[in-house]
Formats: sequence, C-alpha cells, structure tokens
Amino acid sequence: MSPDKLRIDPQAVEEAAKLLYIRALKVLPDDVKTGFRRLDAAESDGTAKAILATMIENIAVAERTDNLLCQDTGIPIFNVEIGREVDLDGVALKAAIRRGVARATREYPLRSSVVHPITRVNEHTSCGRGVPVINIDFVDRPGALRLEMIPKGSGSENGSFLRMLIPADGLDGVKKFVIDCVMQAGGKVCPPTIVGVGLGGDSTAFAVHVETAATHITMNPVAVNIQCHSARRATAIFTAKGVEIGF
Amino acid sequence: MHHDFRMPVGEAKIRALKIGDTVTLNGALFGIRDATQIHMFDRGRTTRFDMNGHAVIHTAPNVRKTPRSNEHPAGYAPVCIGTTTSARMERFTRPLMRQYGVRLIIGKGGLGPDSAAAFGELGGAYLAIIGGTAALETTWVEAIEDVDLDDLNPESLWKFQVRGFGPLLVAMDAHGGSLYDKVTATAEARRATVLAAMGVKA
Repeated sequence: MSPDKLRIDPQAVEEAAKLLYIRALKVLPDDVKTGFRRLDAAESDGTAKAILATMIENIAVAERTDNLLCQDTGIPIFNVEIGREVDLDGVALKAAIRRGVARATREYPLRSSVVHPITRVNEHTSCGRGVPVINIDFVDRPGALRLEMIPKGSGSENGSFLRMLIPADGLDGVKKFVIDCVMQAGGKVCPPTIVGVGLGGDSTAFAVHVETAATHITMNPVAVNIQCHSARRATAIFTAKGVEIGF
Repeated sequence: MHHDFRMPVGEAKIRALKIGDTVTLNGALFGIRDATQIHMFDRGRTTRFDMNGHAVIHTAPNVRKTPRSNEHPAGYAPVCIGTTTSARMERFTRPLMRQYGVRLIIGKGGLGPDSAAAFGELGGAYLAIIGGTAALETTWVEAIEDVDLDDLNPESLWKFQVRGFGPLLVAMDAHGGSLYDKVTATAEARRATVLAAMGVKA
C-alpha cells in the first residue's frame, strides 16, 4: 500500500451513514426545490397551484421544525463511488453502512419501513435481507470516496413496472408501455413525479430520465420506476481533508 | 363549501359533502394501514375502539416511545405522521364502514369503484390529503391518545387527537362523484394525442 492512499475508517462511514439517512429525510436538495418553483410558475390550474403551494410550505415546515418531510422512511439505498488511491475494506464498509442505518432508525427514532417479504416481520432497524441496498462503483477520481444516500419511498416505488417486450414490438412498444405505466400510476405515486425509464402534461412530472444498457438479440426490455415529489438524497464525500456533507 | 367537523359525525353531514368541498377535522382520528386491516378483516382480529361515525387515515406514523403521561397517554410521542397510498386498501372500505360504522376515509391517491359504491350505500366519503406533506400534517396532531393491535407496530391501530386537521379535499362523495374518475378520463382522452406526438404509429 502506498503511504499517500486515502484510508477509510469504517467508524466514520457508520457515522456518515446514520447522519445521511436522517438528513436526507429532512432537507430536500436545491435542484428539487428549484423544480417546485419552476412548476409553480408554469402551472395554470388553481387547485394544482394550491397543492404545489402546500408542498412548498411542507418543505419549509420540515426545515423549521427539524422534522421529516414525509412519514415514509423508505428503503434505504446507498450509492458508493470509490475513487482511485483509496484503501478500504469493502466488507467492513458494507457492515458500517448497515450499522449506521440501524442506529439512525433506533436512535432518532425513525419508523422502520422494512419487513421480510414472506413473514412480514419488521426488525425495527430499517435493515433486512439485502437492505440497505448498497450499490458500489469505481470511478476515476483520486483519493475520494463518495457516499450517496437515497431513502426511496414506496408510494412511488409501487409504481414500478417491468415488461419483457420482444424485438418485433420495436421502440413504439416501449413508448406505449411507458405512457400506460404513467397513466396507471396516476395520482397514487405522489405527483409531480420524476419518471425513470430503463431500456435494456402540466405539473405531472418534473422530468423523465432514460437509462440504457446493452441487451440480448431476443430481448427488448423496458422498466419504469417512479420517484415522488419528495426526491430526497444526501451525500458525504470522504477526502484527505475530511468529510464533506451535501446533496 | 368548507365543513368544520368535530368527530364523530352523523350520516346526514356526510351525505351533504360534495366533491370539491373541503373539510377540517377536530377530535379523534384513527390511523390504520395494510397490516392492521389484513389482521382485522382476514384474520379475525377485533379492536376495542369505537369507530362509529369516525374518520380513519391511511398511515403508519414515526413515533417515539416515552413514559405515559397526560401529554402522552399511550406512551408514544408523535415524530412524523403522514399519509400513505390508499389504493392498496380498497377492499377494506366496505367492512370498515359496515362492521365499524366508519364514515370518512382519509388518504392519498384515491380509492376504487367498490369504495365509491360503499360510500353511496352506507353514507361515506373519501377525503384527499396531499401526499408527501407529512411535516405539515404532523403540526395538526395534538397527541397520540391510544393505540390498539400494537404488535403490528408501526401498522398498529392508532387513535390520534387532532385540531384543525386540514383542509382536506372531498375527492369521493356519497353521490358517486370522484375526482379520480375525472382525472383518469382526461388522461385517457389525451393518450392517443401524446403517443402520436411521440411518433408512435397507431
């Protein structure tokens, strides 16, 4: 190991994971707040404008009362980006994130929204088999570790759809599927939403994002995932200078 | 038209509600969710609570355990109380009304045709709250007065004391009116135009 490598202390990751979970539930990122102002300015319907105003007020009330934006503490998701010249124990990192999530849940306390899929038993730690979800990627950034936390609420997560279309359905089949998914989700997913489409109207949605990956010659898969208006996230970046908390 | 209710309320007041009206609640409000109703209506469990003429809200709150006191009679302090998607609980509307006399259901995203029929037959209404605005909603809750079926926590049957809970929008009434039907019809009418604009051949 070269002496100038960034060493990651699992204890610091545990503290960051705990802090990020609670912070993400309370403070919305600036880009989402800007999105609300943009929709409000463009909205023409009176009832819709009143609803947007209530959502904007809720963001302010959460910050003023230091409370959660929404009661849904979600499925905790961590996106970990490991840069170059970083020295860490991956198994210890995953265990530290899990401990941080469990401590946030017990110590704050947060509602644990995670249960076993068959027994429906809630361990009251927001953890379970495969949860927190930890996605790990390696990036070309020297001496830095980035930890992004997303509490994914399930009013919108239940508006997830997967269809294994066939090549003969073409791109037209994909487009029809996406439109029909959004219509089926309707008002159940806390609009205005962010629609995520994976291949391989007025204030209906902030944005539509499309991600692609290579597929098999027999396949034409499409997945739709919806994010509610409370698009929460928080980030910690570990560098030699310390830990920087942001969005 | 705005209605200020002190719970419980009688059938006549509920039948007077029309979609587009607003309602504010005061007094008792019961919190109920998927597991609560699965246990009550599929697994034969019952509650000691009298919900006759009352409102239920689709929720599982964030709470803090605390010693019992006048302020926290159930031993729980509210942390963050919000509202979940109602559609999952569609099949429980009728038994809630028939067996327990519930008059109002509060939730987000709306309920389906069987609930609409039950509201008409038995005298009920659905009040919509704005999803994801729980910080604001929590400021309308004075206390957690009582809790039953608490082994299902957080999906216990909660009894809240509320003041100025609202304004809530009457989104389904006892006369077959549903704001959700209107929105769905509008969206369906626009589907063909939207697909054509995306270059999809019919």
